[in-house]
Amino acid sequence: MTSRDTILGALRRAIGPAANDAARRKAVQTRLSEHPRGLIPARGQLPADERIALFRKMLEDVSASVETVKAESEIPAAVAGWLRRRNAPQSLVHGADPHIRDMPWQDEAELKRREGKAAGDDVTGLSRAVCGVAETGTLMLLSGPDNPSTINFLPENHIIVISAADIEGDYESAWDRLRAIKGDGIMPRTVNLVTGPSRSADIEQTLLLGAHGPRALHVIIVED
Amino acid sequence: MKMHSADFSADARAALADRQLQRALGNVQRGFVEKRRKARDKLPEFDALRDSAKAIKDHTLAHLDLYLETYETRVKESGGHVHWAADEAEARDIVLDICRNAGAQTVTKGKSMISEEIALNPFLETNGLTVVETDLGEYIIQLRGEHPSHIIAPAVHVNRDEVEADFRRHHDFLPASRNLEAPESLLSEARGVLREKFLAADVGITGANFLIAETGSSIIVTNEGNGDLTQLLPRVHIVLASLEKVVPTLEDASQILRLLARSASGQEFSVYTTLSTGPRRPEDPDGPAEYHVVLLDNGRSKMLGTEFQDMLRCIRCGACLNHCPVYHAIGGHAYGSVYPGPMGAVLSPALAGVDKAGALPNASTFCGRCEEVCPMRIPLPKMMRQWREREFAQNMSPPTQRYGIRLWAFFARRPALYRLMAGAAASLLRMMGRNGRIASLPLGGGWTATRDFPAPQGRTFQEMWRARGKKVA
Repeated sequence: MTSRDTILGALRRAIGPAANDAARRKAVQTRLSEHPRGLIPARGQLPADERIALFRKMLEDVSASVETVKAESEIPAAVAGWLRRRNAPQSLVHGADPHIRDMPWQDEAELKRREGKAAGDDVTGLSRAVCGVAETGTLMLLSGPDNPSTINFLPENHIIVISAADIEGDYESAWDRLRAIKGDGIMPRTVNLVTGPSRSADIEQTLLLGAHGPRALHVIIVED
Repeated sequence: MKMHSADFSADARAALADRQLQRALGNVQRGFVEKRRKARDKLPEFDALRDSAKAIKDHTLAHLDLYLETYETRVKESGGHVHWAADEAEARDIVLDICRNAGAQTVTKGKSMISEEIALNPFLETNGLTVVETDLGEYIIQLRGEHPSHIIAPAVHVNRDEVEADFRRHHDFLPASRNLEAPESLLSEARGVLREKFLAADVGITGANFLIAETGSSIIVTNEGNGDLTQLLPRVHIVLASLEKVVPTLEDASQILRLLARSASGQEFSVYTTLSTGPRRPEDPDGPAEYHVVLLDNGRSKMLGTEFQDMLRCIRCGACLNHCPVYHAIGGHAYGSVYPGPMGAVLSPALAGVDKAGALPNASTFCGRCEEVCPMRIPLPKMMRQWREREFAQNMSPPTQRYGIRLWAFFARRPALYRLMAGAAASLLRMMGRNGRIASLPLGGGWTATRDFPAPQGRTFQEMWRARGKKVA
C-alpha cells in the first residue's frame, strides 16, 4: 500500500461511514465550480473614485510611492523623472508586454531599456499589473513573457504601471479577472500579489525596507 | 529538532533567568499585540470574517479526502508532482531523492515550519548538501545553530548586538572594520550575502500557507521576497505542506488571507502573496523547470474526527504566542518542541505523543487570551484541558499532583467535612497574612519563592452562596 492510500484511507475512516456518500462528492464539486464569495468588507465595495483613492492611500501607507498620469504615452517621462529624483541610473528591464513596448520611449533618449527576465544586477524593473485591489493597495502580476516574475524581485527598484480602470475593490473581483484572462481553473506559473516594497522586522521587531526584494516600489496609475 | 519538552520546568527557569532573552521578549509584547489590535480595529468585519474562515476550514476538514484528491489532480494537470508522506522520515527521503535526481549541491529555503517538524536541514547536510535559510530571521538562527523560537518571527529571542556578533563571526570574508551598528547595515549585509546564494542554488524549498484544490496552486505569504527568489531562480521548486493546508477555492483562501497578516504582524496584507502552479510554461522566460509538492501527514489524519480536530484549522499566524503570558515570560525555546506557545501545547502532544509533550498543555494559566485572539476560533484552552485529562487518565501526571487531587476528592465527596476544613484553612491563611499577603507558605514554596500568595479576604465562596439563600448541593 502506498502512503497515498494509507493517508486517504485514514482520512475516510476518521470521517466515518458517510465517507462514501455521494452527497459529499456533490458538495465538493458544487463548491469548486461555483466558488462562492464569502464576506466582502465594505471598503472593498466602494464606487470608482473612492476605490482609486483608497488604493492609493493603502499603497502609500505601506511605503510605496504613487503618481498618476493622463495616458500611457506619458509613462516614459514619468519613469525617467522618478529615476532622476532617486539618483538611480537611467536603465530599465521589462517584459514583452505590448503596452510597455509600444510606449514612446524614443522621447527619453538617455533611458536604456532591455527586454527579458531580470538578472541579479538590474537596478530597476518595470511591470504592468493586470489589476489592482483597493482594499489593501495590492497589485496583481502574472508570470510569462510579458512580465517575467524575476523583474518583480531581483531589481532594487520596481515600477508598476496600472490602468485606473483595472483597479478592483476586492480580491474576489481580481480572481474573476484572472479567470477571464486565463480561463476557469487555469493559472499562470506564478501570480504575484504585491503590496509595497520588500521589508523585514526580524531584527528586534524594527521594520526595515528592502530585505531581499525591491527597496522601493513606485506605482504609476494611468487615468484614461 | 530533538524534542526536550520533558525538561520544561528546568528550561523555563533558565529562560526566566536569561537577561538577553528577557530583553528580547519585551519586543513581543510591545510590538505584536498593539499592531494586531490596530489592524483589527481598522476592519469592522474582522470578527465576522473569523466566523467565515472557521466555516471554510470546517467544511474542508469534513471533505478533506476529496479536496486533497482534487488538489492532486490539478497539480498533475499543470505539470507538477505530488508526493504523499506518511511521516517525517518519508518526507525527508522524498526531498533528498528529488535533490539527488536534480544533481543538486546547494539548496535555498524559504521559511517553513514543516521543514523544522521533519528536521530537514541536518538530514540534507548529512547527505552532502549545502542548505541555506534565506528568511532573515531563519538565516540568523541558522548561523547560531538554533531553532526558531517563534513560528513567524524565528529570531525574536535574539538582540541586535548578538546578530552583529554572529555576522562578524560568519562573514569573515568582509572587512572587519565595517560599521554594523545600524540595523539597516545588518539587513544590507544579509541581502548581499544571500543574493549570491539565491543565484547559485540548484533547488529551492518553500512551505505553503495554503493549497488551492480548485487550481492546484500553493500560496506563500512573505514580506522579504526571499520565498519568491527561492522558488524562481533554481531549476527545481519543492513545496513542503501538511494535509490541512488545503482550502477549496481562491475565494476561500481570500477570506482567510484577510485574517492572516492582521493576526500575525498587524499588517493589512503581507507584502508578497504568491500563488505557484506547476513548473514554468514552455514560453516562460523564468521560473523553475520542476515543481514538487510533499504532502505530509505525520499524525494529522489521526486528529481528524477526534476532540483535537479543531486544531487542524490553525493557520500558523502566531497570535496565540504573541498574547500568551507564559510565552511572554519564557519565550519559545523552553517549550522544547517545534511549535511553541498555546498552539504548540495542543499540537505537539498530538504529533509526538502526550508522554513526550505532556508538560506543554500544563504550561498555561488558562487566561483564555489565545482563544480570544485566534482568527480561526480554535478553543485552545479547552483542548489543553483535554490533554491534561488524557495525561491524568494514563497515569502520567506527577505523584504529588495525583495525591493532591485524591485528597481533594476525599473532601469533595463529603460536603460537611469540606465546608469545615475549607473554613478552617481560610481562617488559618487569614491569620498568616501580613497586609493581605503571605510571603512564605508551607507546602506552597513553589508559589511563594517568586511571588506572594494573597491572603483570603472576607468569607469563603460556600459561606457567600449560603447567604444568598441557595441550597448548597
